[in-house]
Amino acid sequence: MFEIKGLSVNYGGIEAVRDISFSVEEGSIVTLIGANGAGKSTTLRTIAGLVKPRSGKITFMGEDITGKDPAFIVGKGITLVPEGRRIFPDLTVYENLRIGAYLRKDRIDDDIEWVFSLFPRLRERSWQYGGTLSGGEQQMLAVGRALMSRPKLMMMDEPSLGLAPLVVRDIFSIIRTIRDKGVTILLVEQNANMALQTADMAYVMETGSITLSGKGRDLIADDSVRKAYLGK
Amino acid sequence: MAGFFHQNLSYFLSGISVGGQYALIAIGYTMVYGILRLINFAHGDVFMCAGLVMVYLSASLPFAVSVPLVLVFTVALGFLIERVAYKPLRSAPRMSVMISAIGVSYLLQNAALYFTGGLAKVYPEIPFLSRSVVIWDASTRVVTLVTPFLTVILVVLLTLLIKHTKIGMAMRAVSRDFETSQLMGIKINRVISITFMIGSFLAAVASLLYFTNYASVTPTSGSMPGLKAFVAAVFGGIGSIPGAVIGAFIIGICENIIKGGATIFGIPGSGWTTFSDAFTFAFLIVILVVKPTGLFGEKAVDKV
Repeated sequence: MFEIKGLSVNYGGIEAVRDISFSVEEGSIVTLIGANGAGKSTTLRTIAGLVKPRSGKITFMGEDITGKDPAFIVGKGITLVPEGRRIFPDLTVYENLRIGAYLRKDRIDDDIEWVFSLFPRLRERSWQYGGTLSGGEQQMLAVGRALMSRPKLMMMDEPSLGLAPLVVRDIFSIIRTIRDKGVTILLVEQNANMALQTADMAYVMETGSITLSGKGRDLIADDSVRKAYLGK
Repeated sequence: MAGFFHQNLSYFLSGISVGGQYALIAIGYTMVYGILRLINFAHGDVFMCAGLVMVYLSASLPFAVSVPLVLVFTVALGFLIERVAYKPLRSAPRMSVMISAIGVSYLLQNAALYFTGGLAKVYPEIPFLSRSVVIWDASTRVVTLVTPFLTVILVVLLTLLIKHTKIGMAMRAVSRDFETSQLMGIKINRVISITFMIGSFLAAVASLLYFTNYASVTPTSGSMPGLKAFVAAVFGGIGSIPGAVIGAFIIGICENIIKGGATIFGIPGSGWTTFSDAFTFAFLIVILVVKPTGLFGEKAVDKV
């Protein structure tokens, strides 16, 4: 459903992504793992249209979306939950969800209900400002906001960053729930252990290139992955 | 107190009126700052251009046509300035955009100088606004009474737009975070254009009210009201619309009381008249020293 071929991206004067290729099957959870600065975030930002690639091709549902602007890409059904959550602090929780559906012209009440049923905490706090939520609640709101655009592919950049282990477990169980609802997930994580356990397919990135790929479970067992990313 | 108020009624009235005019200009400064973190130095000159265009248009057209045309022209001018002088510098350092704004300011002033030949142009008497009225023994013009009401109505409408419409929500989002707004599918350039257009529209309304009282327009007519509106925006906490409005009214009223008959520190009014402008800027310095964020300056509500 989603395919990247030979993608290279320059970012901040360096070649952050070098000639990577991978694909994402519909209905799966795919993860990119790797150390800081490996180019994972840049890859996601390029897909979302925030960064223009130097070369390569990105195809989504058979359509070339390389270098298109973010509004176009959101409209096609790809959304990014950015690193650090980036909730709008002076919009209420409810408004944060509404703005996630900015491009939609149809009724969004049912979707808001759905997000509230996934994250009951958000319903309790729907009139509070986004900036007053805790880190875990903000992450829930960021995911809920992304879902409001009715994505076919949801990309998540480090959703577990800075969250308590219990909250991280919740977030990953929510990720599976969302996948079961038919949303394909592309996940970037430094928490390799959680990511590999959850993912159907995983790619390891090192200094801008993909060096290893395989099923999530197989990579957990792989010696080099265990040494480099799982600390075993 | 009641005696003081009654004695200075006409100065209070003109203070509220001038305050309303400053408020309409100040909103343009504060909204643009809120979204781009840019002090739009050309804003006062956009206001002047609106006045000048009114002079030229009303020479050959009836008011019912020239007034709407002035509004349309000013909105178009605001849009154009943003597109030509600020948009290409979107990812440049803030200082570059500011210098571009100063450039636009001089460009407009000099274009006005070229067209007017440097002569003060007589502002037309808009029949309804220029009529005299007497309230409570103070003689004044209709415009003085209309201004505060019109200002309040426009501010309420603007607040409703920002709080309750989709584009208003997008404006609040963009003013916080360009990149995440883009991820929501918001076209930030469109939102920025709309912000400039709203600011210019309000400046055009202010120009109709202001120049009716001042009777003539020169190429530098925009500098002083522009600067004072800017002080009002800083006083209210730049980025905050209610702040700018309250700041503008306070400055307008203080300035006119000083100009007027009030006896301050035992010196009768006439002794202070020359200091009314100085007051505004002394006030600015005091604000910046005592409370740099102004009355309603941005509070950080971030929590991690």
